[in-house]
Amino acid sequence: MMLRQVAKKALGLTARQSTPWSVGISRSYHENVIDHYDNPRNVGSFDKNDPTVGTGLVGAPACGDVMKLQIKVDEKTGQIVDARFKTFGCGSAIASSSVATEWVKGKAMEDVLTIKNTEIAKHLSLPPVKLHCSMLAEDAIKAAVKDYKDKRVKTNGAAAAGETTQA
Amino acid sequence: MASKVISSTIRRTLSKPHGVVFRRHHLSTAAAAATDYEDESIMMKGVRISGRPLYLDMQATTPIDPRVFDAMNDSGINEYGNPHSRTHLYGWEAENAVEVARIQVAKLIGASPKEIIFMSGATEANNTAVKGVMHFYKDTKKHVITTQTEHKCVLDSCRHLQQEGFEVTYLPVKTDGLVDLEMLREAIRPDTGLVSIMAVNNEIGVVQPMEEIGQICKEHNVPFHTDAAQAIGKIPVDVKKWNIGLMSMSAHKIYGPKGVGALFVRRRPRIRLEPLMNGGGQERGLRSGTAATQQILGFGAACDLAMKEMEYDEKWIKGLQERLLNGIREKLDGVVVNGSMESRYSGNLNLSFAYVEGESLLMGLKEVAVSSGSACTSASLEPSYVLRALGVDEDMAHTSIRFGIGRFTTKEEIDKAVELTVKQVVKLREMSPLYEMVKEGIDIKNIQWSQH
Repeated sequence: MMLRQVAKKALGLTARQSTPWSVGISRSYHENVIDHYDNPRNVGSFDKNDPTVGTGLVGAPACGDVMKLQIKVDEKTGQIVDARFKTFGCGSAIASSSVATEWVKGKAMEDVLTIKNTEIAKHLSLPPVKLHCSMLAEDAIKAAVKDYKDKRVKTNGAAAAGETTQA
Repeated sequence: MASKVISSTIRRTLSKPHGVVFRRHHLSTAAAAATDYEDESIMMKGVRISGRPLYLDMQATTPIDPRVFDAMNDSGINEYGNPHSRTHLYGWEAENAVEVARIQVAKLIGASPKEIIFMSGATEANNTAVKGVMHFYKDTKKHVITTQTEHKCVLDSCRHLQQEGFEVTYLPVKTDGLVDLEMLREAIRPDTGLVSIMAVNNEIGVVQPMEEIGQICKEHNVPFHTDAAQAIGKIPVDVKKWNIGLMSMSAHKIYGPKGVGALFVRRRPRIRLEPLMNGGGQERGLRSGTAATQQILGFGAACDLAMKEMEYDEKWIKGLQERLLNGIREKLDGVVVNGSMESRYSGNLNLSFAYVEGESLLMGLKEVAVSSGSACTSASLEPSYVLRALGVDEDMAHTSIRFGIGRFTTKEEIDKAVELTVKQVVKLREMSPLYEMVKEGIDIKNIQWSQH
């Protein structure tokens, strides 16, 4: 390897070093992160008031990260059929929430509660300084599921109250 | 073994298509059309781009002007003597080169050549000025005044002084980035040894009211130090008019080489300071060490050019700045300029795009080399301290991008930058829950966020 480099130098074949452009600290993005950023999956919104939709809104603009994750649940089977996200945050935050929407689709609600931020971080090779992005994604999933469950309780409660008044 | 390697390398090169190894001339900063990724694409840090990005980060550094490069190269081969060698022609020639450069630098700022001390850059000059002056007068003067938007090297030197027992006042700035002159007046005490306020801010580009500040310092007889690294060669600088006692300068911000700068130290009335570098007493005892002849020569040539071309550059850059700002404002709303628009150096445009985060915007602007003041690009989750000092809202502080325009920037580059920026901002706003909420009419400031 060394010898080849020396040979290249001797023959004057070394390419001039490409100068990196200035971005805060030098940090390389994993290609998964860049892929999710360039081709984001599942960006968009469902109707908040739809009873089959659960919405999780986590984070704060002051911290620089806000994630909104929405799940569409099939009422009979309790399975998540579709998911959408919108994120205000850095590339890692966008990628984390995009991955989260991909992973929740087609799973049962109880299953997605077991998704851990470490799994998301590993999939995206997030550096330590970006781990909070994956934490936020995990929180967003949990918040969305909770919101859906709360909604179900409310509609069921209202239906029960309706029944009692009728009866 | 070695011959095997050499022959295989030769074979490899001959079979590779021509044109992959050699890059274009470094001044060609235009980005190639992103059509064909095959031959010319560059892959670095997980990002693939076709051709080199547009360079719009002139506050970080500037490309060396070819005329400066020629002057430096010429001298490097022939004038290799040590300028402090008194006894032979080589030393005399090198010394002559350094003295010519000294005159060129002095002329740019309206000083005498005897007042210019060459250093390794503005950071060293700032350190020498702040620490050197205070150490010299430490028996009588215990207080330093500076601002919250200074360059890190000044702030860190002040912190160092605080640890040694000095007192430092960090003046806040108004929302347009300018110092409040009344606050400065009130902050000066009888034991104030130094006032340090930068002329042009590197992050937001505002120009401080230097003449008025100089007047206040003269009234109270306090030495006035200014970090003019971003100012010389760009706005007219006159050390007598501004009543400057010490001024830091840097070469690589005005199309000169990196690794050289200077400190102006006034002689009438004399400012005394303790040197940071001890040794043979070069540079009037204020900075020992062999002078970097070629670098200094480059610095001098850059100053000379700057003096001749300042007016033309200003017109050119101002036109480009308007083109950039108007181009972006035509297509986007929610664009805020950070810092005063009136008292500003035209080559620095720091913009905040509402509802879009800075680092994600930078990631999308891979084909434009710019810088951001956002939290994600620093190690902590805190946004830039300069934007904080301006009192910018937390969520806006995360979204700033700094565009730097210079002598070699072209109209095509600005147009392309506008196009790319608008495209990315639109895409990110579509992805942004904050933008969605605003469109629905929800007031973001009233929401209770779940903090982490």
